Amino acid sequence: MSIPLTWYLILAAALFCIGLYGVLSRKNAIAILLGIELMLNAVNINLVAFWRYLNPAQMAGQAFAVIVFAVAAAEVAVGLALIISVYRRRKTVVADEIDLMKW
Amino acid sequence: MTAEQIIFLLTGVLVLGSAFMVVTVRNLLHAALWLVASLFGVAVLYAILQANFLAVVQVVIYIGAIAILFIFAVMLTRRQLLESGRQTRSSWWIPALLGLLILIGLVSLILSVPGLDRTASAMPVGLDTVQALGTALVSPDAYVLPFEVASVLMLAALVGAVYVASVDKK
Amino acid sequence: MTNWIIWLLPLPPLLAFFAIILFTNKNKALSHSIAVAAAGLSWLGSMIVFISAVGTTGFGKHVFESAINWLPTGTTWLQIGVRVDPLSAVVLFFVAWTVLAIFVYSIGYHNFGQPKGDHDLPGLPPHGATITDEGGHNHVVPSIEPMYARFFAFISLFAFGMYTLVVSNNLLTLFVGWEIMGLCSYLLIGFWFGKKSARDAAIKAFMTTRIGDVFMLLGIAFVYSATGSLSYKDIFQPQVLQALAGTPAFFGLSAAGMIGLLLFIGTVGKSAQWPLHVWLPDAMEGPTPVSAMIHAATMVSAGVYMAIRIYPLLSLDVHTMTVVAFIGSFTALFAATIAVAQNDIKKVLAYSTISQLGFMIAALGVHAYVAAAFHLVTHAFFKALLFLGSGSVIHGMEHGVLHTGEHVDAQDMFNMGGLRKKMPVTFWTFLIGGLALSGFPVLTAGFWSKDAIFAEAFGNGYVLVFIVLALAAFLTAFYTMRQITLTFFGEARTQAAEHASENKWTMTLPLVVLAIFAVGVGWVGMPAWFTGGLVPDWFHGFVGGTLTQAPETTAFNWIPVATSLVVALGGLLCGWLAYRNVSVPAEDRLQIPLLKNKYYFDEIYAFLFVRPAGWIAEKFTLLYMDQVVIDGFLHSLARFSLFLGHAFRNYFDKPVINEFIGDGAGKTVKASGFGLRKIQAGRIQYYMVVALVILAVFAFLVYFLKLGM
Repeated sequence: MSIPLTWYLILAAALFCIGLYGVLSRKNAIAILLGIELMLNAVNINLVAFWRYLNPAQMAGQAFAVIVFAVAAAEVAVGLALIISVYRRRKTVVADEIDLMKW
Repeated sequence: MTAEQIIFLLTGVLVLGSAFMVVTVRNLLHAALWLVASLFGVAVLYAILQANFLAVVQVVIYIGAIAILFIFAVMLTRRQLLESGRQTRSSWWIPALLGLLILIGLVSLILSVPGLDRTASAMPVGLDTVQALGTALVSPDAYVLPFEVASVLMLAALVGAVYVASVDKK
Repeated sequence: MTNWIIWLLPLPPLLAFFAIILFTNKNKALSHSIAVAAAGLSWLGSMIVFISAVGTTGFGKHVFESAINWLPTGTTWLQIGVRVDPLSAVVLFFVAWTVLAIFVYSIGYHNFGQPKGDHDLPGLPPHGATITDEGGHNHVVPSIEPMYARFFAFISLFAFGMYTLVVSNNLLTLFVGWEIMGLCSYLLIGFWFGKKSARDAAIKAFMTTRIGDVFMLLGIAFVYSATGSLSYKDIFQPQVLQALAGTPAFFGLSAAGMIGLLLFIGTVGKSAQWPLHVWLPDAMEGPTPVSAMIHAATMVSAGVYMAIRIYPLLSLDVHTMTVVAFIGSFTALFAATIAVAQNDIKKVLAYSTISQLGFMIAALGVHAYVAAAFHLVTHAFFKALLFLGSGSVIHGMEHGVLHTGEHVDAQDMFNMGGLRKKMPVTFWTFLIGGLALSGFPVLTAGFWSKDAIFAEAFGNGYVLVFIVLALAAFLTAFYTMRQITLTFFGEARTQAAEHASENKWTMTLPLVVLAIFAVGVGWVGMPAWFTGGLVPDWFHGFVGGTLTQAPETTAFNWIPVATSLVVALGGLLCGWLAYRNVSVPAEDRLQIPLLKNKYYFDEIYAFLFVRPAGWIAEKFTLLYMDQVVIDGFLHSLARFSLFLGHAFRNYFDKPVINEFIGDGAGKTVKASGFGLRKIQAGRIQYYMVVALVILAVFAFLVYFLKLGM
């Protein structure tokens, strides 16, 4: 293995930032969720990289990554269900228009 | 530049390029598809990292389930904003700037910590990662509790999603 | 022991005053009992002191003196205390007796025991109560004085003032007693304050005596600055007197003369000498016991007493003595001429008092020290007797007035007549008093004292004074007999006089007692030649011992003796002859307007002093100074305050505090609330951007700037 750890970390950081940009700048609620997925994946990359490079015998890294998978899946399911429910009521998926909890 | 590094770089380009397309493309369906590509690239990364199980799980779960879910959702909410109008908010440059700054910060942080610039040591001989992962996930000394809690979480999410997305019986 | 009694002599009347004012004002019997008891206690103390003084041989050298340190003045003390020397012993004697007699008399005079009047108001003299007897007839009887207890309180205070003055050993407490009596004379002359004439008379008395008191105070200050002390003991030391006589002061007088003159002016005011005589006749507005007290027994005597006291000072300067002799003799004649034209029984006695005081002062002016003191003592007795007698006459006349319902002036002698049959005790005692005043030979006290004055005046070579005093004595006898004839002899001229009746024992007993003294007190001062040397002149020896150098007795000279006999008997005879057939004022040939109107002195003073003072008070002080200047200042102050108030309110309070701070805070909060709530936009991407920005900032601070590390 000749790839330094830092490469993975930098890759994960970049992916994370792209996902962050997507979350903060997209109008469509589903697009926001896409961005969140990217961020979660970046985290997973970090986890696995650290697992492999620091102590591959200890499964903590992968176990954590598995849990993250589960959580991501659950979150996407619930989030999309919410978006669909909101779409049914308000006929919109633009995030800026879902602003009832305002002043 | 070893072969691995080249493969890594190519994979990295795939991942980051697809991710970039995800967040910039106007057609939401295209965005979902670009997400698939990005996720696939991540799976390759897992494979390079010799986390075989995770690579497979990534493909099956993320691409096979989550991305499909996204496509379903996109289709179910297609009345508005089909491909018209801007897809990004007018103040997109703030998040862009913010993201850039955070990236710079993270990168400098990463590069400043000594000892991270190492290469991977060899895998222990005879380590079956899949089996070890499985054991870890159900072993009471290890991570059975998070595992079980995660499954309860899944149940809750399942029930919640079904309920939230159900049609009102009015 | 005696010193203790002397200190306590003024105390009972003072306590009586406070007790009556504070506690027993409603209870008439208790009030007069307290007052009479207090007078009695002081009388008892005075008698004890007098007897022990008389019993001490060479008393002049061994006086009763006691002093305490009172006021610290740098390195020394101003002392006050009591002193009874021969002069104050005899004065104490007559003060005690006359005060007690007047107190007892007042009980009857103010009709104690009589019913309350029909329409009697406090502040006006009582005028009768209607009672119904068994037969169903209505009688009007005298009614009790409404302010009965108050009267006794005031005369108790008066007695306190006099006792203080007599027993004091220094000019300061003398002045204190002097002023207390001045106050009481105001209170008592204006006793019936409902009458305007009484109020005016009270103010007049106070003001006139005040003029004298101002000069007296200057004199006291001069004494203190020149000698450093106010005690008689220190002032009348021979070396101090010599020093004062040698120091020149103002107007060509020596210091002693100046001081004497200033203090003498106090006497002029208090003893109603010309030119400050105008208050005394008006003071007859007060009830008769007051007149007796003030104008016979105590207050005016206090003036003469003080003059006699400072005789060592006066006698040092010939100019001062000339002034004293002039004022005394002029006043004696002046007042006597006015007295012959007065119709009111009390006014005659008032002018008579002024005249007799002139005698005493003239005596001082001619170096007749003992004679002046002697006349002071005898005059106190017979003048008090005459005043109380006149009060008895008026009281009897009032009884007649009430009985008949006639509205005549009970004090006018021309409404009287024939009262010797109706009021015998009053008649005989009044006659004795009148004869004493006239100087009836041998039997009455007045003769001895007046004779002593004549002898000294003539013997010391003051012939002009002698002649003037002789004329005054003639007039004295004349108007006295006029008074007695008009009042008691002849027939009753009015119904009221017809129905006059004698008074109760509370009024007649003091008359009798005083009559005894009016007769007997003269015998203690008989000159030695009268009895051929058998009976020494006790009075001369005793009182003469007060001075450091006892004055010598005048040698016998028949001119003064003959003169006094002639003027006395001649005056009495002329008076009786002239008036035994006069019944109306028209027949009285001496009713000359000039005399009747007192030489227009009241009008002159009103023009010269009273009206300008009134003008100054009203026009200048009130209208200009008070209303324009002072009120103007105050008003502008008020306007300024108001302006400040408005300014503060409108330019500071409202805009700054109310609007800027008060409302401003609210508005700021509201505005900021309005502004800040836009943060809560409901758009989660917005929230996330903000959160991440802040997180980035913190991360930067912690990781890159290493803050908190």
